[in-house]
Amino acid sequence: MDFSLSDEQRMLDETVSRLVADRCNPEQRRALINERSTSPSPLWRTFAELGLLAMPFSEAVGGLGGDGIDMMLIMQSLGRGLVPEAYLDGLVIPGMLLARLGDDAQRDRWLIPLLEGQHQLALAWHEASSRYEINTPTTCATRSDNRWKLQGRKQVVLNAPNAAALLVTARLDDDVLGLFLVPSESEGLRRRDYATLDDQYASDIDIDFTLPASALLASGENLRTALDEALAMGRAALCAEAVGAMERACEQTLDYLKERQQFGTPLSRQQALQHRMVDMYLHLEQARSMAILAATSLTLPDEQRDYRVAAAKAYIGEAAQFVAEQAIQLHGGMGMTEECSVAHYAKRLILIDHALGDRDYHLDTVIARLDTAA
Amino acid sequence: MNLQFTTAENAFRDEVRTFLAEALPSDIQNKVRLGQRLSAEEHVRWQNRLNERGWLAPGWPVEHGGTGWSPVEKYIFEEECAAAHAPTIVPFGVNMVAPVIIRFGSEDQKRFYLPRILNNTDWWCQGYSEPGAGSDLASLKTRAERDGDYYIVNGQKTWTTLGQHANQMFCLVRTDSQAKKQAGISFLLIDMNTPGITVRPIITLDGAHEVNEVFLDDVRVPVKNRVGDEGEGWTCAKFLLTHERTGIAGLGHAKQALRHLKDVARRQPHRGRALIESWSFREQIARAELELMALEVTNLRVLAAARDGGAPGAESSLLKIRGSELRQRLSDLTRRALGPQALPFFADFLAGNDDSLDEEQAFAAAASTQYFNRRKLSIYGGANEIQKNIVAKTILGM
Repeated sequence: MDFSLSDEQRMLDETVSRLVADRCNPEQRRALINERSTSPSPLWRTFAELGLLAMPFSEAVGGLGGDGIDMMLIMQSLGRGLVPEAYLDGLVIPGMLLARLGDDAQRDRWLIPLLEGQHQLALAWHEASSRYEINTPTTCATRSDNRWKLQGRKQVVLNAPNAAALLVTARLDDDVLGLFLVPSESEGLRRRDYATLDDQYASDIDIDFTLPASALLASGENLRTALDEALAMGRAALCAEAVGAMERACEQTLDYLKERQQFGTPLSRQQALQHRMVDMYLHLEQARSMAILAATSLTLPDEQRDYRVAAAKAYIGEAAQFVAEQAIQLHGGMGMTEECSVAHYAKRLILIDHALGDRDYHLDTVIARLDTAA
Repeated sequence: MNLQFTTAENAFRDEVRTFLAEALPSDIQNKVRLGQRLSAEEHVRWQNRLNERGWLAPGWPVEHGGTGWSPVEKYIFEEECAAAHAPTIVPFGVNMVAPVIIRFGSEDQKRFYLPRILNNTDWWCQGYSEPGAGSDLASLKTRAERDGDYYIVNGQKTWTTLGQHANQMFCLVRTDSQAKKQAGISFLLIDMNTPGITVRPIITLDGAHEVNEVFLDDVRVPVKNRVGDEGEGWTCAKFLLTHERTGIAGLGHAKQALRHLKDVARRQPHRGRALIESWSFREQIARAELELMALEVTNLRVLAAARDGGAPGAESSLLKIRGSELRQRLSDLTRRALGPQALPFFADFLAGNDDSLDEEQAFAAAASTQYFNRRKLSIYGGANEIQKNIVAKTILGM
């Protein structure tokens, strides 16, 4: 049992923390969002220079071979700064799938530039009727003359506006799940881009095009296993990001309670509010434990991994909501405004739960496996 | 003991329904249904319809244009309006300043302002909160100094809801800086077109422009625009805060929100079934339903007491706490029920300027912004923490 960080991990943590503190204060963050374009931002290029983009990938594909803890440290710092870069949706999740499922030519064309920070990718899986279920798309792929014809519609595809290529899920002829690599300029791909309420970038995508046979990256069991692995990593990463954002929301709320005077005394002297602040802190520390549990479970056998990651995601979804709502409440009217930093943390903490399965979805997983899980 | 509505009350409900079906413009109804923001014109158009029917001011005495409804009838009216997706009446004129003018105002003030409120000539806003005076309202600093027949007003108000549309503001100002906190406050009616008034928008976290800051810089207000005696403003403020509090639980809105939630949960897929068939989510809806049932009966108990002559006191704090918590929980569950579809922020659609969304997207578009917007319910009008202090002190004697 050892909760201490290795020297390398401590260095990584310090590097990313400093970078985020220097380059993503609220004004810089606002500028990053306003100046968002399809080419990588200066901050993203710095990520590349520091090796952060190579960190999650194995050395075999040109990565640095980072593990779940490395990912946790990075995501926690990104959460603390509410960094508006699609580290998870543009890099880690699609990159893991490509690293595992692509052939040499596809990796050369799409993965190497990804790790070097030259472009980003996106995983297009969500549809109007899919909710959090990735395995049952209605977008269909039919094969004829050694080509695939894809038809369907994807919604709320995070980071699609910034992606050079999309990984698109589809149902193959024989009802098997398939994953296709689709360059974003493909004819027949129509996007409607928009921001989400927590300042992410997303698209709805109409799909009606034909692809060469090689565009099918994987299908069936092989794909399911790779998706489960990538989603487990993604969920653990979201847990860590939430913990980072909860830390900042708690710090800002505590500062505000000490500073704000009402009835001739600082709010922090009111016992009812002291206890509320303590409850926020307890939620934060419990959430931190769950994020550690998730990060250290990624190398366990699939079932054990998925059970623990589901537990962490369900727990943190609820804890993040408590912290977000109380942060607003304790800031009073100020917490309701765009100009108040904590409001942006609250928005992210609430909407982070809408990614890769929310507290209800994952609690159902825990409920279903309660008496069989180890 | 009998919880049934009387035959007359049921007939009244039918009358309200018939009116709403005929009078509520369908474009406005549709915007309210989808959670889109209303323009000033749309608010006024609806309130003019209500006024034509004589139903804009249920809380006023009949001689000034009120309806003479009992508290139960008012409750039925509010419930039916919410169920029909009618806009909420902008309260600052008809439900807030008007009762103060009727109770404390001069005959001239009544003659001038009341008809203009009824026919929507004036749009009122509230000058209460200040940057340093929120829950602790009596610590307000905006000062009014006497200069002949005028007060010269200087200071800053904030959280001024829909002040961008307003041409009148009722305002708490300090007329005596020596007197202790509550004693030096007066209640002024200020024409927003007076030189020296600047209104600046505050954008809230849901992207809406609903509230404002109002800066007052050497604003000359005629002394005849003071309501009540100098230094008696706190009495007016307290009266306003306790008047018409029976609707404070927002039950009509909560009922409508629960219907909507069930509708969303029926439409949403979840692991091959409808979300409403997921036992864990269903349980959470059920718990909200129990809370709603309890709150409705509590509300009716307070209404019945009011009908029989008792003035609602600290009970309104109870209704506000539980009502705001319930409505927040319902908006929370609705957002969660929509899953990833709750993520997009279709700002143009919400402002009513985009008709390109499909039906499901339009149906989902307002859920997250409404969730964040509803956080205000436990903050404004005396934060819930303040309401609990009132219950502890007034009801429990602690």
